[in-house]
Amino acid sequence: MSTEPLLRINQLCKHFYMGRGQTLKAVNNISFSVDRGETLGMVGESGCGKSTAGRTILRLYEPTAGEAWYGGTNIYRLKPGQLKAFRREMQMIFQDPCASLNPRMTIMDIIGEALDIHRLADNRSARRKRVEELLYLVGLNPEHSTRYPHEFSGGQRQRIGIARALAVDPKFIICDEPISALDVSIQAQVVNLLKDLQKRLGLTYLFIAHDLSMVKHISDRVTVMYLGQIVEIADSGELYSEPLHPYTRALMSAIPVPDPDIEADKERIVLSGELPGPLNPSSGCSFRTRCPYATSVCAEREPEFQETKPGHHVACHLV
Amino acid sequence: MTMFHSSPADKRELALDDFRRADVSEHAAEAIEQEGVSAWRDIWLRLRNNPVAMTGLVFLLLIIIMAIIGPMLTPYDYYSNNLQMTNLPPSTEHWFGTDDLGRDMFARTWMGARISLTVGFSAAAINLVTGVIYGGIMGYIGGRLDEVMNKISEIIYSIPDLLVAILLVVVFEPSLGTIILALCVTGWINMSWIVRGQMMQLKNQEYALASRSLGSPPMRILFRHLLPNAMGPIIVTLTLAVPSAIFSEAVLSFLGLGVQSPAASWGTMINDALKTMIIYPWRLAFPALFISLMMLCFNLFGDGLRDALDPKMKK
Repeated sequence: MSTEPLLRINQLCKHFYMGRGQTLKAVNNISFSVDRGETLGMVGESGCGKSTAGRTILRLYEPTAGEAWYGGTNIYRLKPGQLKAFRREMQMIFQDPCASLNPRMTIMDIIGEALDIHRLADNRSARRKRVEELLYLVGLNPEHSTRYPHEFSGGQRQRIGIARALAVDPKFIICDEPISALDVSIQAQVVNLLKDLQKRLGLTYLFIAHDLSMVKHISDRVTVMYLGQIVEIADSGELYSEPLHPYTRALMSAIPVPDPDIEADKERIVLSGELPGPLNPSSGCSFRTRCPYATSVCAEREPEFQETKPGHHVACHLV
Repeated sequence: MTMFHSSPADKRELALDDFRRADVSEHAAEAIEQEGVSAWRDIWLRLRNNPVAMTGLVFLLLIIIMAIIGPMLTPYDYYSNNLQMTNLPPSTEHWFGTDDLGRDMFARTWMGARISLTVGFSAAAINLVTGVIYGGIMGYIGGRLDEVMNKISEIIYSIPDLLVAILLVVVFEPSLGTIILALCVTGWINMSWIVRGQMMQLKNQEYALASRSLGSPPMRILFRHLLPNAMGPIIVTLTLAVPSAIFSEAVLSFLGLGVQSPAASWGTMINDALKTMIIYPWRLAFPALFISLMMLCFNLFGDGLRDALDPKMKK
């Protein structure tokens, strides 16, 4: 197997023009790569640009700058016809299982739409057979294909969303907080389904979430985002045992441990201050306004993204 | 709950053998017992339980049926004059009386209903198509195009519609076609704004994004995903657009710009009856009664439909 990563993001930016000369830098110069068959976790607090990054990679939003290499093709250079064919390679699972299924369509039509667009079913019975196969694959009763989304529970709907993404046989799936709208017991069900499908179908995931323990459970490597930038990337085990960036350390200290004795003694790093608005970020390091260790150099220069150990990258002056 | 109060003698130890493993497969656990209900059926079930809206619907259907068969129920036609039988009050012979030229009012009332309904439904249909296409493009594409198209619609909206209608009727012949055309010049704007608002709200829904990420072209997303979900407000606007068009037609007819005699609409009949209102009140009463009844029924039905389409909106 080649060592070439499946997806390589290079200096990706997505800025939104908000009017009156203001620009929202939702995603600012992020670079990372995802290897074939792995799960890359992406964490960060609400509004840090995780979802925007995911949607921009998939070209649901046009990027402001940057490249996204999928194998040998730059996703942002694809012409409309090529883009449509590329959609079969990369799919997305959405956050809100209530909003991601069209309430006016039956499950058969929701999943079948993927088959219609790419002409993957020759006739109606082949289409029905394929949809039922997909429903079975995600653990749903194929007889329910004539039902409407509102008749299903949240976990079932999320599995319908997964079946729809799988309908075009993608190799890469961006999971945009697929479990954050679900109950804890259902979360485990869906995560285990995703892991199981990864093994069976050889999928590669970009798993966006803000639940740190769930990300640890599913990811091989994790990237941490703060205000549109990546502050740290490392192997999942290493990131959790040896976080280097002060922001990552604060995040890790906030993971609750299901043991009251440990939880009582645990030291929690509480960040002071509020998340600064992304409209006018501060000079230098974006985290310095809340960083307990900030020095004068942090205000002057933006920290470089450097590799401290093989595979462990961090953007901080103090490391 | 008697089993929990049983005497100690009845108590017996439960062994593992007393339990049987329930045979529930993973797929069976996902079964849905309730019968499938589509969104439209759900709406109909809610609407059916609203007596006010159903009354409105029944009367509307009665008026429509009478407009179709009404003129055939009486031996008299709507255009034959009979100068010996003018201004008769309602009787077993002429159910709604006769007018100043001795024409049967019953036949004329239902012929008028035909014209009023034709004007109402065709104007509303044309406004629906224009408004949905224009508003859909504005809202879905957005940006600069939306700004320009929205400004154009605002300019058209700022023209007084009655003035445009009068101008059109004066320039062209006053006929059914001219009246419908006159009602369509500004009538579609309201619909286009409703659709625009809906599109702007719906286009960022995750199911639209999901469809895009599957590779759907914009038109497919617009017609398969966005418009079906905007049907509620569109239908409600439509049920209010029909009576508004009928009313505008009545106003034009009342001003003498409507269909020309011997054809009649409710508006022209009211206009004719007005001069002799005090002496022959029934000539005014029947068309006025039916136009009021129809307006009321459309509004009651439209209100009920809105509640049925969006139960969350009801307060």
